[in-house]
Amino acid sequence: MKVDALCKLLDARVLCGTTDREFEGVYTGDLLSRAMSRVQTDNAWVTIMANINVVAVANLTEPAVIVLAEDVVMQQDALDAAVENDLCVITSPLSAYEICCAIREMAGE
Amino acid sequence: MMSDVVKFHFDVDGSDFSSAGAASVSVKKKLRQLGYSPEVIRRVSIAMYEGEINMVIHANGGTADVEASDDKIVIVLADKGPGIPDVELAMQAGYSTAKDHIRNLGFGAGMGLPNMIKYTDDLRIDTVVGEGTTITMTVLL
Ligand SMILES: Nc1ncnc2c1ncn2[C@@H]1O[C@H](COP(=O)(O)OP(=O)(O)OP(=O)(O)O)[C@@H](O)[C@H]1O
Ligand SMILES: [Mg+2]
Repeated sequence: MKVDALCKLLDARVLCGTTDREFEGVYTGDLLSRAMSRVQTDNAWVTIMANINVVAVANLTEPAVIVLAEDVVMQQDALDAAVENDLCVITSPLSAYEICCAIREMAGE
Repeated sequence: MMSDVVKFHFDVDGSDFSSAGAASVSVKKKLRQLGYSPEVIRRVSIAMYEGEINMVIHANGGTADVEASDDKIVIVLADKGPGIPDVELAMQAGYSTAKDHIRNLGFGAGMGLPNMIKYTDDLRIDTVVGEGTTITMTVLL
């Protein structure tokens, strides 16, 4: 699925990065050393954590998109680092659970 | 034939949570330029990141040295922090002494050391309470 399509599905706002990329698979979780070993390349990583350490983990694991749940907004220093590293970050009003359900439904069709 | 060994050295700042992970990200980029496989880079990245973060949150910083050759990558993380009183306990999944303000940043799952074991072929911990900790990790190619 394209990240553009994901944005529409989740009613999400793009905080940085291009949405013209495909993602495959989803991981959701906020604890960084769990995410570190579970987020796979090109995943969508759904989290409510939005600090610079999330960006460091994403730099190493390379998800296609970081999806911030519950309208969380990324702190400016983190956003700057995300831009610098060409990460895509979007924010959705939905909860992490609702986001995962929506993606599952879409993928199941 | 003796092959080239490429060495990297970093000073890891223990007072700055926002730059934590910088050495690992830098090593990742360098290993990619050197042509290591994505799988090896992933393993080194995860293990080194966990060790680097541990030095920042538990030991007030330290140094990181990486040696990359054609059969293995060795990562040495050395700090002059408090040391680890019970290594076996520290290695258990879920065990963490991280305080609340650290947990609020997303650390403290107690999965750092278990990840370091999982993603490396060898891990050695030399630690003396009150003096510091040196962790040596090897990833075989
Ligand atoms: N370099 C170090 N110096 C002193 N203590 C350490 C060091 N590294 C780890 N520890 C101790 O070992 C414990 C377990 O470390 P581990 O990395 O597994 O978990 P954590 O850092 O607490 O949480 P997480 O890594 O999941 O964010 C730490 O809570 C800390 O007490
Ligand atoms: Mg840790």
